Amino acid sequence: MKKDIICTVCPMGCVITVEGENGKIDSIEGYTCPRGKNYAENEFVSPVRILTSTAKISGAKTPLVAVRSKTPVPKDKLFDCMAEIRKLELTAPVKRGDVLIADVCGTGVDIVSSADVK
Amino acid sequence: MYEIKCNVCVVGGGPAGLAAAVAAKKEGAEKVLIVERDESLGGILQQCIHPGFGLKLFNEELTGPEYFGRFIDEAEKAGVETLLGSMVLEVSENLVTCINSEYGVCEISADAVVLAMGCRERTRANIVIPGTRPAGVYTAGTAQRLMNRQNEMVGKKVVILGSGDIGMIMARRLTLEGAKVEAVVEIMDFLAGLTRNRVQCLDDFGIPLLLSHTVVDIKGNDRVEGVVIAEVDEKKKPIESTKKFIECDTLLLSVGLIPENELTNNAGIKISPVTKGPEVNQFMQTSIPSVFACGNVVHVNDLVDNVSAESATAGKNAALFAAGKLEKKDAIKVEAGENVRYVCPQNVVPCDGKVDLYFRVMKPNKNVKITVCDGENVLFSRKAIKVNPGEMEKATVAVDGISALTVAVKEV
Ligand SMILES: Cc1cc2nc3c(=O)[nH]c(=O)nc-3n(C[C@H](O)[C@H](O)[C@H](O)COP(=O)(O)OP(=O)(O)OC[C@H]3O[C@@H](n4cnc5c(N)ncnc54)[C@H](O)[C@@H]3O)c2cc1C
Ligand code: SF4
Repeated sequence: MKKDIICTVCPMGCVITVEGENGKIDSIEGYTCPRGKNYAENEFVSPVRILTSTAKISGAKTPLVAVRSKTPVPKDKLFDCMAEIRKLELTAPVKRGDVLIADVCGTGVDIVSSADVK
Repeated sequence: MYEIKCNVCVVGGGPAGLAAAVAAKKEGAEKVLIVERDESLGGILQQCIHPGFGLKLFNEELTGPEYFGRFIDEAEKAGVETLLGSMVLEVSENLVTCINSEYGVCEISADAVVLAMGCRERTRANIVIPGTRPAGVYTAGTAQRLMNRQNEMVGKKVVILGSGDIGMIMARRLTLEGAKVEAVVEIMDFLAGLTRNRVQCLDDFGIPLLLSHTVVDIKGNDRVEGVVIAEVDEKKKPIESTKKFIECDTLLLSVGLIPENELTNNAGIKISPVTKGPEVNQFMQTSIPSVFACGNVVHVNDLVDNVSAESATAGKNAALFAAGKLEKKDAIKVEAGENVRYVCPQNVVPCDGKVDLYFRVMKPNKNVKITVCDGENVLFSRKAIKVNPGEMEKATVAVDGISALTVAVKEV
């Protein structure tokens, strides 16, 4: 399998071509710096993304609180994680960094609050 | 009438106002007051729940609320005072007039004023799309506010006009919430926003990006039923034979931002015809010496990190001015040379130290040399593999003893 990956580490946006099979990389070219090479390798083998959304909250001025995955989660788990976040029914107060869902969908990553809601 | 006295009065409590207020306090201004029309601080970042803030400043990928949350903590610690739910109606040299439901009209006298009102979005009226006037046409920022602060879903099948960052970010947000984004349509032949947003918001979800295309018609009576798109030629004229109908119930417009400058205009402050914001010098001082400005009210920034840096400069110098420590000196005008749309600050006072010049190119280019010259004398030179109007560039130059400044981006 051959894949063109646009590096998003810096604004240069180098197009890095990775070739390989089943998570094994045979060749990688087009990167300008080691950070880009590292990014493209990870992106080829197991792409991850930070997930952000909102969760329902009562007892606050606003009906929603912004939430995020503390660290990136596997890209193919984004929609599963969204379904879990949608089930949340929180009550104020919530503090920035509070863990709202521990180990979401078995990813080992916590969903935490992005904001302080009093 | 309710009267307040302060050393530095900051208009607007978004990231720009917060950073300016903290910096003014740190520089020794005794009473620093932020006047904000919203019931809470944070400005537009309150609805920007996505990550991508603070990479430069904190070397971390923060969400909007996390980013301004840190500044609110700092402002509280520094002893910055706030007047929320207060709409500023008028600004002059040393007076800020606002209205607030508790006190009515308030007059705030200040030794220095910092303008940090941010920007607002261009709307359908600004770009003129023909067709009916059904419900379901939103600016991307309005949709963002509805979804992220008010818990209202805007639509199920969506077309987005404009490839600005807010539009792309909303494409991902809508998709994650179960909507189908049919296409992002961009009239230019290049992306308006950041490449990383194209990758993570469009490519990740297989959302088509149609460059050199535009929306030529909106169909539907009560609610949007679809839009007609077409490819455009070099003169941006739609090509008749390429017209295509896309069924959708919602059209989002992500067609750019304009600085919010009614107050600035009415104060008689000189406005740049290019940025539509006040002209400033490297101290972020406007044409009225006691009035400073920073953030999106000056020029539309793509990275809030730059806003915070520039705003700290404004706050610091406002405090110095309030204390009578910012000398008045003549400035020279910074010229935008080849392929440069504008440079901010527009004016530079020759003095010790270095100045950060922020600028945008007119059109995308590859393998270029960025130079800053004083006549024949090259003060700064850097090669860049790629430049893009969507990404602001920076050049730092020493300005002692200079007599002219021109920024240019030339092919090599
Ligand atoms: C809809 C939208 C979405 C954006 N999304 C992103 C993004 O995803 N990523 C990114 O990096 N940047 C984004 N930006 C740019 C972002 O706005 C800036 O990076 C940053 O927020 C600018 O800060 P600011 O303080 O200058 O403006 P703002 O955050 O807009 O703050 C201005 C503040 O001034 C207040 N104000 C205005 N007029 C008055 C008045 N007359 N009286 C009292 N208060 C007043 C407003 O209520 C507001 O709180 C977005 C901008 C908009 C408009
Ligand atoms: S490879 Fe290096 S230079 Fe190229 S985009 Fe990635 S980080 Fe930037």
